[in-house]
Amino acid sequence: MPTASSGCRSARRLGAGAVIEFCGLRLAHPIINGSGTFDAIAARRAFGDALLADFPFSAFVSKTITLQARTGNPPPRLWEAQAGMINSIGLPNRGLDGYLEHDLPQLAQLPVPLVTNVMGSTEDEVARLVEAVDARAEVAAIELNVSCPNVKTGLDIGADPVSLAALVRAVRPLTRKPLIVKLTPNTADVAAVAQAAESEGADAVSLINTLRAMALDRRRGGLWLGGGTGGLSGPAVRSVALAQVAAVARRVAIAVVGMGGVAHGGHANDLISVGARLVAIGTENFRDPCAGTRIASELKSLQIERSPSTTMNESEPRPEVDVNCADS
Amino acid sequence: MRPIAPLGRRRGAVTRVEEVGAYRVLHVADARGPLPAAGQFYMLATVRGWGAGEDERPYLPRAFSFLSADAGTLRFMLEDVGPGTHRLAGLQTGEELWLTGPLGEGFRPPHDGRQALLTGGGVGVPPLAAWARQLGDRPLALLGFRDRVHAAGARMLDAAQVRVATDDGSVGHHGLVTELLAAQLARDRHAVVYACGPPPMLEAVRALCSEHDVPAQLALEAGMACGFGACYGCVVPVRDGGYVRICVDGPVLDADRLERVP
Repeated sequence: MPTASSGCRSARRLGAGAVIEFCGLRLAHPIINGSGTFDAIAARRAFGDALLADFPFSAFVSKTITLQARTGNPPPRLWEAQAGMINSIGLPNRGLDGYLEHDLPQLAQLPVPLVTNVMGSTEDEVARLVEAVDARAEVAAIELNVSCPNVKTGLDIGADPVSLAALVRAVRPLTRKPLIVKLTPNTADVAAVAQAAESEGADAVSLINTLRAMALDRRRGGLWLGGGTGGLSGPAVRSVALAQVAAVARRVAIAVVGMGGVAHGGHANDLISVGARLVAIGTENFRDPCAGTRIASELKSLQIERSPSTTMNESEPRPEVDVNCADS
Repeated sequence: MRPIAPLGRRRGAVTRVEEVGAYRVLHVADARGPLPAAGQFYMLATVRGWGAGEDERPYLPRAFSFLSADAGTLRFMLEDVGPGTHRLAGLQTGEELWLTGPLGEGFRPPHDGRQALLTGGGVGVPPLAAWARQLGDRPLALLGFRDRVHAAGARMLDAAQVRVATDDGSVGHHGLVTELLAAQLARDRHAVVYACGPPPMLEAVRALCSEHDVPAQLALEAGMACGFGACYGCVVPVRDGGYVRICVDGPVLDADRLERVP
């Protein structure tokens, strides 16, 4: 079993020489976090400064920041699903001003590049967020959360290539920092949306966000989640993520950040095999606070075993992975 | 200074399993963790066989306040009520758990010369038992249970006096523990109430303490995915607006921060 059974100490075993390039950023390994799946400020309260010494990710993606502060959805916000979970958190955050004043100075102390994730319901809102974040040197890259309804059409911006293209066109000139578009899987053709992002100058796309899902309260009737519907994540979405990442990677030349149900290095290797440049860890962080470190280590072991790696064509069989490398 | 969890999860072997009435008490070896403070909690999952149970669950780790702790051993008390507790209740000596913790903010000592008054019941006993031990002056405890089998949980508490209430009257007072609390507060309000139990009980405790102008600290529970502030799932609404996360701002909260216990 190549994995670290406890703590994040295996990070150091990755070696100083392991560097991967992503949109001009040099990262120690290909494993980052998915937005909203790891609160580095809260984690430092829980685990102390050991978190900084052995940070689990090679870059840190903030939770989504909106222009105005949001308290989030009423509880219950979670439902444990079959091999996964449904969340309806509702993007609680301090708003742009609160983020810049309170969160950013603390996130700037992390030992890795910071990606700030922003969301707005109009182009103007997103533009204001991008401009404000662009002005801060602590931020290495900006990720757009486009799983938000367009106030004019009611459709999720990220579900519609035309809306998405217009949004990226509007904000691309506002920043020279790498611009990543976080794609939603809740659309008919995710690759078409990815192409729209690429054509308007996005530097990368990341996917998948959660799949729209709901849970019923069997005892009392009605919906379980306070927010109504939520997003499904975890191992339950892994195969969907693999297919969507593969479809997008075939269609665009920009970097792809793959995520969805990654729980060990074999899963990360799958996403890289189909074209992901980086892999983000989401729900597995909840089960294992050092999942990033562990998966980076497992991935490295796999890559050493299998080099040279080849890029897979979707019509080829799924590569065999050592499922025994996970000990969780 | 609150004890800080070692970074990440760690393995701990079950060294002993006790049956206490309706409950299981797991003794878990933990050489790496610091001694926790009463009211703090751990996220637990089994190393093997976590998942593939009823409805393909459990998937997420489960939060448990510790019952007692000494050098190298943690004890947790649980009742088999769902897929997570079912798997944990089936653990045998020698099997391993994933442990993350100690997490969260625990109880704070009484102030102004007030007496500690412990109130709770059911699986709410562990943090109160830990607090009674940490306080050391053997406070009065009021505990409610469903019936005689569950009331065996009162044995976990080392208090000067434990008054028990049961729903079916098989042990102690026939009725709610909050009736015992109301009587006690009518006699003596110079107390700080420390409470842990099911939400309706905690809400009744909160309302009683508010009515008698007695400070109370409530150890709350909510479904949580992570235990360290990542998932934002375990929130409760607070009086001054918005929500707080039970895992990092609690699990122990001052009752007067809450409009009501949800």
